[in-house]
Amino acid sequence: MSTQLQTSGRIESGTLIEVENLSTHFSTPRGVVRAVDGVSFTLERGKALGVVGESGSGKTVLSRTIMGLQPRRGTRLGGSVRFEGKEILGLQPKQMRGVWGKEMAMIFQDPMTSLNPLMKIGRQIEEPLRNHLGMTKDDATATAKRLLQDVRIPEAERRLQQYPHELSGGMRQRVMIAIAMACGPTILFADEPTTALDVTVQAQILDLINEQRRERNMSVVLVTHDLGVVAGHTDEIAVMYGGKLVEKAPTRRLFAAMKMPYTEALMQSIPKLEEPSHTRLATIPGRPPDLVNPPVGCRFSPRCPYASDKCREEEPPLIPTADDPSHSYACWYPVGSPEYLEARARLDAQKVKVA
Amino acid sequence: MAGTGKAHLRDTDDIILRVEDLVMEFPVGRTGLKVNAVSGISFDVRRGETLGLVGESGCGKSTTGKAIMQLPRPTSGSVLFEGNELTTLEGQAMREARTRMQMIFQDPISSLNPRRKVRDIVREPLVIWKRGLPTEQLDKVDALLEEVGIDPQRAAESQPHQFSGGQCQRISIARSLVLDPSLIICDEPVSALDVSVQAQVLNLLEDLKAKHGLTLIFVAHDLAVVKNISDRVAVMYLGKMCEVAPSDVLFEAPAHHYTAVLKDSIPVPDPEIAVGKVAIEGEPPSPVLPPNGCRFHPRCPAADERCSTEEPQLREIADNHFVACHHPIVGGEAPVAVRSATSPVS
Repeated sequence: MSTQLQTSGRIESGTLIEVENLSTHFSTPRGVVRAVDGVSFTLERGKALGVVGESGSGKTVLSRTIMGLQPRRGTRLGGSVRFEGKEILGLQPKQMRGVWGKEMAMIFQDPMTSLNPLMKIGRQIEEPLRNHLGMTKDDATATAKRLLQDVRIPEAERRLQQYPHELSGGMRQRVMIAIAMACGPTILFADEPTTALDVTVQAQILDLINEQRRERNMSVVLVTHDLGVVAGHTDEIAVMYGGKLVEKAPTRRLFAAMKMPYTEALMQSIPKLEEPSHTRLATIPGRPPDLVNPPVGCRFSPRCPYASDKCREEEPPLIPTADDPSHSYACWYPVGSPEYLEARARLDAQKVKVA
Repeated sequence: MAGTGKAHLRDTDDIILRVEDLVMEFPVGRTGLKVNAVSGISFDVRRGETLGLVGESGCGKSTTGKAIMQLPRPTSGSVLFEGNELTTLEGQAMREARTRMQMIFQDPISSLNPRRKVRDIVREPLVIWKRGLPTEQLDKVDALLEEVGIDPQRAAESQPHQFSGGQCQRISIARSLVLDPSLIICDEPVSALDVSVQAQVLNLLEDLKAKHGLTLIFVAHDLAVVKNISDRVAVMYLGKMCEVAPSDVLFEAPAHHYTAVLKDSIPVPDPEIAVGKVAIEGEPPSPVLPPNGCRFHPRCPAADERCSTEEPQLREIADNHFVACHHPIVGGEAPVAVRSATSPVS
């Protein structure tokens, strides 16, 4: 890799983040909530990873734990998070201060509440520039203006003097991205960045994030419940269920050859434009598991139409597929396996009988 | 050239709701300015039909839904529901008319009283209207709860916060059905839910609609969801109607450039479909000072001189397919930007 050591000491490719057996457990009056329970993955520089799952699957807690933003009290962490080779899990906020903003940045779902309503846009962008990069006031203002232009905000100069409430939701999310980009982070965590936005604005924001990623060779972790959003904007996808990683694969591969029945069920429950109206939607029966008392065996087994006794007793490990080591899944009877096909044929036969 | 036309209104016996020239304006402080939330739209709904209303935030789709309920009363226009002109109805007559139409909201948790037991929440309309004996009321409530998939026993003991978002939406649906309404206005009922739960609620709405003979107005910004549930879809932009067509036709062959943009912006869950360049720049202008002519012209790829001065009227371009555009997309092809100003207007 030594040939790839480049300008300003930044390595242009290779592993940026290594997460190993990461767990985040919260103590609550009801018991210990295993929000993230033994998750491992690596993320390359300049790549975009989509983290997908239902509410309560642990996707948000996972990204926040990696950034060191989990609540301190009553939280037990396990495993390891290495960022550029250094262990960062469990560091104190003081030690993380040099990493936040400068190396890792985050944008949130709600651009209305993540900006300071009492501070002008300009000052909010200048703050990290002056604190982290030690810029003078004039340099910071000039850079802030350029950043607003980068995120395609018209009349950047005037906007610097405005307060957040004077901007629309889409514009505020652009400002959030500008702040996140200010110090040239190596990784951007985007937690449901477009869920609160209109579909036309959503497309604009996703394209903007992608463009910034390419220009800056930055990694992106895109956390969302929408498989449509990750399909066009990520290199890899990690599917989470009940605090576990249940499938991970390059984006194209995942959509072409998904292995985990949960991923398949998520896909099938999305209404699709190419289907005629009033098409009956496939649903996933039941609810996501209670993470205080997660089900024994595979956590999806109580809702899985193909589950057998083995699924309800033994937890399947996350293993790579035979033909593609970059595609791994945690299921005893993955989509396409003989047992899966048999179970499916049985279910279809039942359906016919009922009808 | 005031409204956006009424060519799409139907004249059959089974029209349950007919809205004409609906205008809703709100004052902006004491500036003398006003927000033109809805600027003269007309539509009708047949009994048993599902009408989808789509558009971006601020296009007036939710305001339209509320204006039908007279919450608040529209600035002007007419709302004819089951033979009653609602805009002039007062007092008791208005309250009675409202029992025939119900609303379901976006946020299921905050639309239920957090301090009451779920079974009481669903029962309340019956108590207010003194319908039936207490035992009959409870039987009805329990039957409805069963129907929407909520355990009546648990509902009798629990408050809304003890249920998930999807379950709360089911409870809201049960509450909306308890007075046997004929029309349900659903305002973004599934946009706060996970896709798996969303599918359950959409299927439930379809089932209940068939079983109770309901008519639905389904307001949402998610086109795929609207297409799935609707028979007919109306696209709104900045307080005006752009296009009205049967659901399948609208998405197969959108004729209004705005509909085409909306359709192209939907993220498709298939990485093999190349992500196109953003179909549209910018955001809708302020409804305080809406553009002249066609309100979409400043962002429209096909706009010309005429679009900025003359407001297009809804006209039928194919069977049951109406569009308010001077240069509609025909056969999937957008016309050249500049055209002679002599194209026909109906």
